[in-house]
Amino acid sequence: MDWSALSLSLELAVWTLALLLPVGILIGRWLARTEVRGRPLLQAICALPLVLPPTVVGYYLLTFMGARSPLGTALDAWFGLSLVFSFPGLVFASLLVNLPFAVLPVQRAFEGVSQELHDAAACCGMNPWQVFARIELPLAWPGVLSAAVLTFGHTLGEFGVVLMVGGNIPGETRTLSIAIFDRIQAFDPGAAGRMAALLLLISLVTVALGYGALEGRARRGAGQG
Amino acid sequence: MLTVSLEHDHPKLALDSQLPRGQVSAIVGPSGSGKTSVLRAVAGLLSTRSARISLEGNTWADTERGVFLPAYQRPLGFVGQRYALFPHLSAVANVAAALVHLPGAERQREAQAGLDAVGIGGLASRSPSALSGGQCQRVAMARALARKPRLLLLDEPFSALDRSTRKRLHVELKRLQAGLGMTVVLVTHDLDEAAQLSQTLCLLRRGRMLQYGPTPEVLRQPASVEAARLMDFSNLAKAEWVGTDREGATLRWGELVLRAATKVVSKPGATVSWTIRSSDVFLVKDGHPDESSLGILASARATEVISMGGSVLVTVSVDHSGGEPLRMRLRPGAVHRHGVHVGCRLRIALHPEAVIVLA
Repeated sequence: MDWSALSLSLELAVWTLALLLPVGILIGRWLARTEVRGRPLLQAICALPLVLPPTVVGYYLLTFMGARSPLGTALDAWFGLSLVFSFPGLVFASLLVNLPFAVLPVQRAFEGVSQELHDAAACCGMNPWQVFARIELPLAWPGVLSAAVLTFGHTLGEFGVVLMVGGNIPGETRTLSIAIFDRIQAFDPGAAGRMAALLLLISLVTVALGYGALEGRARRGAGQG
Repeated sequence: MLTVSLEHDHPKLALDSQLPRGQVSAIVGPSGSGKTSVLRAVAGLLSTRSARISLEGNTWADTERGVFLPAYQRPLGFVGQRYALFPHLSAVANVAAALVHLPGAERQREAQAGLDAVGIGGLASRSPSALSGGQCQRVAMARALARKPRLLLLDEPFSALDRSTRKRLHVELKRLQAGLGMTVVLVTHDLDEAAQLSQTLCLLRRGRMLQYGPTPEVLRQPASVEAARLMDFSNLAKAEWVGTDREGATLRWGELVLRAATKVVSKPGATVSWTIRSSDVFLVKDGHPDESSLGILASARATEVISMGGSVLVTVSVDHSGGEPLRMRLRPGAVHRHGVHVGCRLRIALHPEAVIVLA
């Protein structure tokens, strides 16, 4: 069992969730309400990682984050930071790849909050921030929870992009899914099997906890009624 | 005084009105006439091409001066057609949601008092999904009144309720309004509801104000053909303007000469529209002692007789008239007594006070 790979996977998932969920809520809320003309294009950009092969996403990330790219050069010059084959690069790649998982459920949930509730809140004297915090966010909470579960679970299991951007550096970029691949390559099915079972268990528990929270909320709502 | 002057393209709005302070004003119009849009504009939920909205001298919107107060800064309460209660909050929390400016304990106390005032204090912890339509309406009303607004906007708040609940809530609205002395704007498509609840009536059609004034006056005297149609004056006809004297106007409807007590003035020979309520077309029985007091008498033939609950609608073709049929609403007893049936001959009376000349 490669415990450092498990630790790295969990660390990556937590960082991705912590950084991406607030961004996902803001983008999802904005996409749900905006009437800007380019909305379909913006939605398509958000959803793109869902349909692109991980190798394509990985290729573009390597191209734009590489040491010779403008971004890579600037980051190296200013912060001495390299995004390729490093944990920060892995987090950056993970943020982009998981964008649709963080945005789409949230957007749908905010779209479900009717305009008349929004108007009623405004007529109650709530400013836009209060409407968001007191009315919209609690009503969109199931979507936010789904986004959190999907983002966390998907990051844990991400393979292709992580491998292309991070490589396979033990303790730095080797996540659990890459460690499993590594063990298979090394003809060590026992270790691969144990890690696969662990990943399966963690993913199952994550999703089950998410569903449990949603169901509990629904039951509390029904109980009030 | 609530001053509302709006111009907009989608939806089409072009109106200018001043609604009296401390009274209920009703805006009545058919579906799609722009009633709700007017209310939304007043609430600050709709930004129009041109707007001048002020309440008691305080400007809420003035496009010329670049003033636009967002909805949450306008001291108003709003009750919509479907109440828009927040589904994740209890009844008392819904009311408390309008009191976010108060500290927690006071907010809770005020919200409970608000529910008590509308008679559902015992349902404070219920979720909106566990309340009946009438109870939801009361919670929405308590929420709208919680901030003690100077203006209460009601967008067909009774339309989804059954008849008895509606009647009860009409009385409660009148009581609340009288107690608080608020300016209320009620949007409805129900003329009877507007007649019962409002002191001022505005008739709206295609975003344009057809007529507005004291409710009894507007109901009695439609100013135009469109207003008459909107108020369900089913008898509309054209006549030739003959002239006026001290007692009113003389019209020629076909070969019949009508008299109308009207302030409208037209040119001799001009064609004017006139109307009369179906309930104001009288059936004259033979041997009436003072027929001249009834107004203009005419012979007619019944062409249709329809029983409508407590009344009977009789359509008649009037001899020597301009040709338009007239409808008269009679009591079933009178129909029976006079033996009214399709094809029978009748004598009718059109009183000058009841004949309304339309501009």
